[in-house]
Amino acid sequence: MPAADLAANFEPAVPALSVANVTHAFGERKALDDVSLTVPPGSFTALLGPNGAGKTTLFSLITRLYDNRSGAIQVLGFDVRRQPAAALSHLGVVFQARTLDLELSVIQNLLYHATLHGLGFNAGRRRAYEVLEQAGLADRAKDKVRNLSGGQMRRVEIARALMHRPRLLLLDEPTVGLDIGSRAALVAQVRALVADGIGVLWATHIIEEIVPGDHVIVLHRGRIRADDTYAGLIADTGAHDLSAAFLNLVDEHAGDQA
Amino acid sequence: MTLPVSAPPKPFRLPFAGYLICMAGICWREALRFLNQRGRFLSALVRPLVWLFIFAAGFRSVLGVSIIPPYETYVLYEVYVTPGLVAMIQLFNGLQSSLSMVYDREVGAMRILLVSPYPRWFLLVSKLTAGICVSLLQVYAFLVVAWFWEVELPPIGYIAVIPALILSGFMLGSMGLLMSSLFRQMENFASVMNFVIFPMFFASSALYPLWRVQESSLVLWWICTLNPFTYAVELIRFALYGQFDPLAATVVAGCAIVFLGASIVAYDPSAGVMSRRGGPEAAK
Repeated sequence: MPAADLAANFEPAVPALSVANVTHAFGERKALDDVSLTVPPGSFTALLGPNGAGKTTLFSLITRLYDNRSGAIQVLGFDVRRQPAAALSHLGVVFQARTLDLELSVIQNLLYHATLHGLGFNAGRRRAYEVLEQAGLADRAKDKVRNLSGGQMRRVEIARALMHRPRLLLLDEPTVGLDIGSRAALVAQVRALVADGIGVLWATHIIEEIVPGDHVIVLHRGRIRADDTYAGLIADTGAHDLSAAFLNLVDEHAGDQA
Repeated sequence: MTLPVSAPPKPFRLPFAGYLICMAGICWREALRFLNQRGRFLSALVRPLVWLFIFAAGFRSVLGVSIIPPYETYVLYEVYVTPGLVAMIQLFNGLQSSLSMVYDREVGAMRILLVSPYPRWFLLVSKLTAGICVSLLQVYAFLVVAWFWEVELPPIGYIAVIPALILSGFMLGSMGLLMSSLFRQMENFASVMNFVIFPMFFASSALYPLWRVQESSLVLWWICTLNPFTYAVELIRFALYGQFDPLAATVVAGCAIVFLGASIVAYDPSAGVMSRRGGPEAAK
């Protein structure tokens, strides 16, 4: 597994993700305006922003659905535009839309993903059971995805994103449409990864998913409004909790770009 | 913010075996999906058989086909039309797999494909290869049934046709790929199927020899002569009789390269439609 070997050689100083001065526009509308952020390895960074803040555009650029035209994006020190293969092989991603093949079984979905990352069927099968075990879904391996609940599908998607041992995990509003129980299970599953040294970027607009100790980046209308620790954010805005701090930030700048 | 200076510019290369695994995986998924959709297989088989059993039988007495290469004797209309129907299977299959690309894009499965570290052109070629493998299955199923319908080809033809099918599959598949990059939604695409498949099929040498077309309309003959599908049909027709048609092979290979090149550009992250269409909607 090249990703794991290479990652082991890195100094811890290399951030899992670094985005520097990225601006991206669709026609006249600037979806991202001079965005810079860093996700250190082994950290949980929450990207907090209301709908339409530019989170999905940022994810599209990081996953190289299309190229950034300005600034630089690096995954573990690899520029996504200049060294896309290296960057993408260290990157795991859970998209906002469901991307499992409903007609195939859980294990078939995972194996397909394994091959896309150059992992053969035997190694892929072993790894698939490992990640399913972690996700608590090993007994559902042979079930068709269609028969899983929404929360289970999400957990399978996270397991799938971990198949190739990425060092950076991106999640784009993964808890949308889930009930409280499934949401908690999902958040717990991802938080456990941080201990393994994986850098997590968790995009959300749900404040309850963020806990003290997390790093919080607030994105609103394509611009970074705050980039701080949980406690720092509250202190800086003078609010009594994160929710108020967030509203404060989002409101304060509401007129900026209308 | 500045970038970390310690970013290591280590050389990174994907192992060659990984390419093979990746392509095998894409073909494997396509095969699984194909087996899961019995209806698709059945309709792929029934469609040409309807033409063979009903259309060809009805026209047998109306249309006489004189001796033209590669045929050495007078042939029944069923025999004449069989290569055209084989090409039709590939035409449908090529557009259907690109239809599945559009569908994949709508449901997001495409994004999983595109975050693979392998180069995008390679992923697209793999996807094409997967489609061609499926079309080979469909063609052979059809040829078996046709054999029982007394469309018996020389034994060598059943083998010689494989390279022809691969080449024409590449052309039709990459044409579909190119179209899939231009259309955002399935509704658009469905109408394109009607505007592309039927004109291409009818204005070709699939159903009638071109000299007959020339007799009735010179304009139509020109259209047929310029239609790349005609050359796919002829390539397959000659191959089914163990012969090689250099003109057809050249045209089909040339078109395949042009279509494939254009679709690689269309799917390229910096130049392609992805970035121009862009926006959060396309990104999901």
